[in-house]
Order: sequence, then C-alpha cells, then structure tokens
Amino acid sequence: MATYDGVIEAVGLTDWCSVEGAGGPMTMEELMAQARGETEAPDVNLWELPFPSLDALNQSCSVIPRTRDMTDAVEQGFLGIKDALRVVLDPITTPLGWMLDLSLQFFQAVPWFIMIPFLIAITWFASKSAKVTALVAFSFLFMAFIDHYVYAIQTLSIIFVCTIFSVVLGVPIGIAMSRSNVLQRGAIPVLDMLQTLPTFVYLVPLIFLFSVTESKLYGIAIILYAIVPVIRLTDLGIRLVDKDVIEAANAFGMTSWQKLTRVQIPLALPNIMAGINQTIMMSLAMVVIASLVSAPGLGVLVLRGIRNLELGVGLVSGFCIVLLAILLDRSTKAALSRIDASGR
Amino acid sequence: MKQKKPVKISIRKLYKIFGSDPKSALEHVKAGVGKPDLLKRYGHVLGLQDINVDMRDGEITVIMGLSGSGKSTLIRHLNRLIEPTDGKVEVDGEDVLAYGEKKLRDLRRSKMSMVFQKFALLPHRTVLENTTMPRRVRGEGGQATEDDGTKWLDRVGLHGYGGHYPNQLSGGMQQRVGIARALASDSPIMLMDEAFSALDPLIRTDMQDLLLELQKELHKTIVFITHDLDEALKLADHLVILKDGRVVQQGEPQEILLHPNDPYIVDFISDINRARVLRVRSIMEETDREGDGLAGEVDADQNLESVIAISGGDTNLHYRVMSGGQQVGLLHMKDLVRALVPVDAQDASKRVSAA
Repeated sequence: MATYDGVIEAVGLTDWCSVEGAGGPMTMEELMAQARGETEAPDVNLWELPFPSLDALNQSCSVIPRTRDMTDAVEQGFLGIKDALRVVLDPITTPLGWMLDLSLQFFQAVPWFIMIPFLIAITWFASKSAKVTALVAFSFLFMAFIDHYVYAIQTLSIIFVCTIFSVVLGVPIGIAMSRSNVLQRGAIPVLDMLQTLPTFVYLVPLIFLFSVTESKLYGIAIILYAIVPVIRLTDLGIRLVDKDVIEAANAFGMTSWQKLTRVQIPLALPNIMAGINQTIMMSLAMVVIASLVSAPGLGVLVLRGIRNLELGVGLVSGFCIVLLAILLDRSTKAALSRIDASGR
Repeated sequence: MKQKKPVKISIRKLYKIFGSDPKSALEHVKAGVGKPDLLKRYGHVLGLQDINVDMRDGEITVIMGLSGSGKSTLIRHLNRLIEPTDGKVEVDGEDVLAYGEKKLRDLRRSKMSMVFQKFALLPHRTVLENTTMPRRVRGEGGQATEDDGTKWLDRVGLHGYGGHYPNQLSGGMQQRVGIARALASDSPIMLMDEAFSALDPLIRTDMQDLLLELQKELHKTIVFITHDLDEALKLADHLVILKDGRVVQQGEPQEILLHPNDPYIVDFISDINRARVLRVRSIMEETDREGDGLAGEVDADQNLESVIAISGGDTNLHYRVMSGGQQVGLLHMKDLVRALVPVDAQDASKRVSAA
C-alpha cells in the first residue's frame, strides 16, 4: 500500500489509475526495495508523510509519470528539435569556429619575441601610460619565464575573438534597445537570465547541440555570458545622452542616422567602453570554465590542478589568470580614461 | 511712422494639450473649460490656447511669460519639435504642419536655426566644428564651410577659439558659440529659447547688445523667448505676453507699457524704470505745427531719461521732436512727467481693451 492510495480512491480515480503498462523504467529506490525483498512500501506515520510529488503519487497510481519520466521527456524534446536547431545554428556559428581556430593558430604561430613586444606596443598606444605598459611587460615576461606563455596566449586569443564578436553583436543590439522601449522590456529579462544562469548550466544544451571538440561550442558559451554588459551599457549610454543636445540635433535637421553617428554614439562612447571592459573581464572568467568543454589556455591547467590534485599547477595557473585579468582591466581602463578626457 | 513689414511667420488658432487623449480634451477646451478645470476633471494639461501671432520679417518678436506660461512650448511649434493639437503655423505662407518628414528637415536645415537656454553644444566637438555643424548636416563641407564658421566666430567675438572644446569656455562664450552656430546656418529665421537666461546679468547685457548689433546688419526674423521684462523691452519690436498658455496682450512694447490691458501686465510693469524704457515718440504730440518757446530738439527714439537730463528737470519746457532730419512732433515736459507714473491697476479708465 502506498501513502496516497486512499486519496486516489476518495477522488474516484481508481479505475483510471489501474490501466496497466504505464510503468516506466524502475527507479533506484524500487530496485533497492526489490533487492531487500520488500514488495510493498512500509506504512508511514504522519511525520514521515511524503509530499504528494510525482514519484509519491506514482506509487499509488501508475498512470501518473515519475519525475525521471519528466526529465526524460525534456531530454527527448530537446533531442527532437536538436536537428532542426542545428540546421539553423550551424551556418550562423561556423564563422565563429573558424575565427577562434584561426586566431589560436595565428597567436601561437607568431614567435614570442615578436608577440610580446607587439602586445607591449599596443598597450602603450592604447593607454599612453608607462605604468600600465610596464605591468603588461612584466606580466608577459614572467609568464613566459615560468613556461605559461603558450597557455596565456591561447586564453588571450580566445578572449580577443569573443570580445570582437560580443562588441559587433552587442553594440547594435544595445542601440536597437535604446530606440525601442518594447524591445528593451523584452530584452532585459533575457539579459538578466544570461547573467544569472550558472555558467555550467548553459554548457549543458550546448554540448548536445555541438560536439565537444568544436571550438565554437566554448565560443558561444563565452559570448552568451560576456555579451550582456556591452548591450546593457550601450543601451544605457545612449539613453543618458543629454536631451538638450538631442533637441539641438533635431532642430538643425539631423536625420536619425546623423544623430546616431554624430551625437548619440560619440556621447555614449565612455559608457560603451565601460561595457567592453566588463565584457573582456567576463570572457576571461568564462574561458576558464570553458576549459571543461575543451577550450585551451590557462583554464586547462586549473582543471588539471583540480582533477589530479596538483595543487601547485592549479595555484600558479590561477595566479596567471589573475595577472591576465589585472592587465586587461588596467589597459582597457587606461584607454577608456583617455577617451573620457579627450574633448570633454 | 514705420511701415509694416510682411508677415514671415503666422500662427493661427494654435492649441496644445498634453495628456493621453488630447483630441477629446480639445473639445472641452473649445467649449470653455479652463486650465485648472481641465487638469482636475479630465487629467489633461492645457499647454497653449488659441494663440494668434504674426511675426514680421526682419523684426524681433519677443514672447514673454513666467515659467509655465507655455512660451517654450510655443517656440517649439514653429519648427515642430512639438506637434500641436490643433491650429495652423505658416512660414512664408506655407503650412508647416502639412510638411512631410523631408520638407520639415529642409525647413530646420535652411530656414530656421535655434539657440538654446542650455547652449546644447556638442561636447565632443571643437568650437569650430560646432559652428559648422548646421552646414555639415546639410552635406556641405571643406574649406569654404570652415572659413564661414571662422567668420561667424570672429563676428560674435570668439576670434581664435575655434580649436577649443565647449567645456573650456565660460557660459557667455558658450552661448556666443550657440549664436554663431545659428548664424552659420544662414537661415532667415532664428529661434532663441531663453538664450540669455542662464547667463549672469552683466554678460546678459553684453549678449543683448551683441544681438541688437548683429540684427542691425543681418535683419533676421528673430523669435525670442524670455521671462525677463527688461530684456523683452530692450529687444522687442513686437512683444507678446503669455499667461497660462494664452496671449494676454501683444503689440509694440511702448504701447503695452502705456496702455496695459490686464492687471497681470500692470503688476508686471510696475517695477520697471519707465524713464529708461519709454521713448519720446510714444508720448509726443504728433503734429507738424511750429511750437512756441521751444527749448531745443530731441530725437524721436531717445529715451525719457536722457530728455530729463537735457531739460535739467524743468517741467515747463517744450521740445521739437526730430526723426530723420524732419520734425515729427512736439514733446511737452508735463506729458513726460505724467507718463512716468505707472498705470494704476484699479483705475479702469486707464485700461484700454485689446485691439
């Protein structure tokens, strides 16, 4: 006798429930009960009354599905649309895969004695700050010295590609959001979800959609996670542009394209740049987790540290990630403050 | 007397109602519901009510009123930054409200320029780039445009500031850029929305003088919004006084000063220095007869203050009033003294009805 037999009887569903052949695969509990030689669930007292969940109800009425049937159905549903989804998503995302592979090859093919000075030079031109440039120089020389250069450059290459994609997609989305309140209302919950969803969770459907060996798998995961701030801050930046200046632009007969390119985007630029800075930081956070799905780079070392309990490897690579984070943040912020300072 | 110039902008029966359903609220307003009742009973704000104003070519029309009187709303109807609920706005005889998007843009680009209270310059552009903005919006560019921008910057007294950014300039200088920008668009009509209100008094006087000086040679049709009566009297060829979205009185400023038709205006003008604002031509006896015992000649456009100074305060004197080398009338000092006494709000006989 199961707990809710009485309830089923009282509601008068006994006939409906007694249809045979509705049982799915055995649950672990049932299997263990069988092994112990129990054929019926023991009587329970009031304190142990189970919640009338799917599993508990199923014991009284086999027509009601169990929870594992439900998750199974979700899985089947997902697998059902998977092929259709792939047909759509594959062509769209293929360029991302190419870009990721290409940039990985390129970054690794350039020898260190060209790459490191090149990175230092870029930092100097972007930030014009001796301190930040020295930090970058020191970090890369240090990482090269302890044989982490290749991993660091792989991580950097992935961040580079993903940031470009995030900006190219995110800025137009943000602009569209700033122009339509309806779109903004619709998009904000999606952005909230992308930001709050535990990062592991959206790896799960991606693994089903694409094979783990494809580089675009982690590319998509990183972009989905990192694109949010650049969208949000583009939207915010454009909405914050001084109403008086917009009115002046209207009064002198600017078209909406002229307004966008000559007034709104330039005035929103500090906010957009702050969004890009955040996007870079979030790509870095995600690229470590993405090593679970074959993303190369420093994350692989962290993962090795966890898997093999190689404490030193994990800590040192973790330190390198921090170093990378600091130098990316400082150099983009220095570049940002230069934009802020010019003409304001 | 001056010959009347052709009408450049004509506003007819203009209504503006803010709210969710202005069309039906308009019916109530036309049926006689006032501003407070409309807000209380129907939840709509009456912005403008039955505005009829003619703005003449080459004149400065000043629209004056306190905050909330609808003056900024009114000026934005001229270039349709705000759409009216009902009525007509005609520029050069063409109905602006019938314009499509492209014609409206052309109007804003080449016929009307605007100067703003808060300057509204582009902060990321240099002063010269701001000045040439109206022309670049029209698709012009190159050296000619730059030269033109530099010319206007020189003209408003900003020689050599072309490469600065707006935030490096003081408020008065920024507004000079605003005026240069409006002039550079080469449009016949200039809308000035409280253009000098954000400036401190001395700089404001400078800017008023600058505007009058520019107007003397450029003859633009200027629509000027202000809440400051002294400023209005100084600049206006035609003065429109707004209150609660209605025109209370309009006409020549001297005329309004001598014959206010509303207690509201009487209150308004009671504090000003009448001797400085009133001109000889407004109080003289219009005649070409030879007067007896004339003490001398005065100009028709002189203000009374200067005449008092000439006469040494003697109220028994008479002067011949001259304009353009010809006698246009006689000035009796007794009339002058009487004109200095403000019109009493209680004295109904002194209040004429609106023409």
